[in-house]
Amino acid sequence: MRAYKPKDNVQKKPYYTDRYWKAPQVAKFEVESDEVFAADLAAIKAKFEVSDAFIQVEQMTVWINPSDIYAVLEFMRDELSYTQLSEMSAIDFLAQRDEFEIFYQMLSMAKRKRIRIKYSIKNGAAVDSVSKLFRCADWSEREMFDMFGIEANGHEFMKRILLPYDWQGHPLLKTYPLQGDEFAAWYEVDKIYGKEAREEIGPEIRDTSTIDRYDSERFSRLGHEVPKGTKITGDEPAHKESYQEEGGVFLIKKLDRDNSKVIDDPQR
Amino acid sequence: MAQIKNRLSPFFENITFDREDNELILNFGPQHPSAHGQLRLMLHLQQEQIIKAHPDVGYLHRGMEKMAENMIYNEFMPTTDRMDYIASSSNNYGFALAVEKLVGLEVPRRAKVIRMMLLEINRLMSHLFWLATTALDIGAMTVFLFAFREREYLMDVIEGYCGARLTHAAIRIGGVPLDIQDSFIAQLKTFLDKLPANIKDYEDLLDTNRIWLMRMEEVGTISKEMALSWGCSGPMLRASGVAWDLRKEEPYELYDEVEFNVPWSDKGDNFARYRIYMEEMRESAKILYQTIDMYAACVKNGETELMAHAPQYVSAPKLDIMTQNYSLMQHFVLVTQGMRPPVGEVYVATESPKGELGFFINSQGGAYPYRLKLRAPSFWHTGILTDLLPGHYIPDVVSIIGTTNIVFGEVDR
Repeated sequence: MRAYKPKDNVQKKPYYTDRYWKAPQVAKFEVESDEVFAADLAAIKAKFEVSDAFIQVEQMTVWINPSDIYAVLEFMRDELSYTQLSEMSAIDFLAQRDEFEIFYQMLSMAKRKRIRIKYSIKNGAAVDSVSKLFRCADWSEREMFDMFGIEANGHEFMKRILLPYDWQGHPLLKTYPLQGDEFAAWYEVDKIYGKEAREEIGPEIRDTSTIDRYDSERFSRLGHEVPKGTKITGDEPAHKESYQEEGGVFLIKKLDRDNSKVIDDPQR
Repeated sequence: MAQIKNRLSPFFENITFDREDNELILNFGPQHPSAHGQLRLMLHLQQEQIIKAHPDVGYLHRGMEKMAENMIYNEFMPTTDRMDYIASSSNNYGFALAVEKLVGLEVPRRAKVIRMMLLEINRLMSHLFWLATTALDIGAMTVFLFAFREREYLMDVIEGYCGARLTHAAIRIGGVPLDIQDSFIAQLKTFLDKLPANIKDYEDLLDTNRIWLMRMEEVGTISKEMALSWGCSGPMLRASGVAWDLRKEEPYELYDEVEFNVPWSDKGDNFARYRIYMEEMRESAKILYQTIDMYAACVKNGETELMAHAPQYVSAPKLDIMTQNYSLMQHFVLVTQGMRPPVGEVYVATESPKGELGFFINSQGGAYPYRLKLRAPSFWHTGILTDLLPGHYIPDVVSIIGTTNIVFGEVDR
């Protein structure tokens, strides 16, 4: 029997995992341990619902409701001096709980502090665009859409940014395959002619560097030229160049392969 | 809409062109020599004036974030070289620092000093490259040749250290793999002693050059609000009136022990950015002189450690691996299975030559990062072209792209 592979996470797995390994946690600290963060959190809590907040690696993480995001970032920018949105993107937790985690990395230059705003959305839900608040979110949200397929409500130009517009799938999903599909050579044949035509048509050539020595229609067969369209089957007779036009290799006017000598030993 | 006759009508006396306007859509790139890589700009033009700009990126996309999710942490290090390939050690460093913060490693002092040397050499290399290419775009071929000559010298120094000129992979998680070679300090000093004269040469050629001034002054002005809103960082932000340098504001390594200034300007135009790059080169040289002294102090105090001591995450020194059984076992596990950082999240920003280079890592306790987001400064410095270019003329596009200093390995990742 083949080993079972979960379909919702097709990423590469380490070849060995210790069954008894219990991963430790990066230390989380109470928000009260930092005065500036405590004041900021109190200000946010007074206006919005905060489900969790803690300090991890010198930065505060605040969990909020998805619907509050625009108002929270506006409040942080205007009232709490978090004037820059450094980064925003998503994390795929679809396999675990059918959710994406979205994070917004905020920077306050006046306070020299960084806060990470986070919330979860269900698969298929859209986020509220903050590109009106921070212009950089324009591109970040497009990248998030490109990579995860999460759309942003109110975004003016919700199109792919890094990948071509006609790309299929969203590569940073854990369900996105790491390797090409070996059946892809049949997709178009099946779609256009039906499966029964497979024998007759053959697989699609998807490798652009493929060279077919029997195909005299599309390949020039340098040094072994035949008239275009010649059907070549089986072994070909050994072809020897016997004549070389003038202006070819220096000093050789007429090449006679049978009488030529090949020096194999470089030392002679 | 009022229909106006086309301006070409005198030439076609019997034909009337009914058009709403004279708007022309021009595809600038993706193979334009001044696009510094693969940037495609769709420019809507009214005569020669740009009324709308639409940058299109992604021609160099290699899916680095996806690659990172399927690699052990150490394996990803050489991939970071390919982001900002003009200053690859700064990418190595940003990633190494993020992982070190995640697992809580303390890097030995000597390694920190060597890292700072590498970072500042990279900054100089990047700024010299910027000056050379931008000057070439504007038409100043001499500066290009001069600046490349100096950059070549620095690349030789780096090559002596790690064997590579462009993609260094010279920094490891937990420290640096090697001590600097014997000739390193002498070579660096020779370079640094010449640098002020070299910078003066560039400035003599450019500062009062009428063409340079016409292309640079009052062109591509970014206001403070716009720079903040677009997530600008580094020289782009400092030229727009925000004196914000992460080396100063959130010091990492030993940047709090060295003396240097943060050049900034409130002009926001191309010329301000040019001046900041030039001043930053001087500041980098100042830092490098101090790191040379710090290194000498390390040698004097007998601090020989180059990698952090954390058997769970970092392999033991080579001598131990070759002589001690347990170290060899540990090394084998770390190479084949990789380190397993604790569960948690970290975002670490460092001041790369281009701006704020950030690494966001979400670890679920596995050997591979669960999610790694690369915050490349050039990404938004390209995005800002959308708002910056309208109102400018076609030749300004070249100088504006030049001073934004975007590198497409970083934009497209």
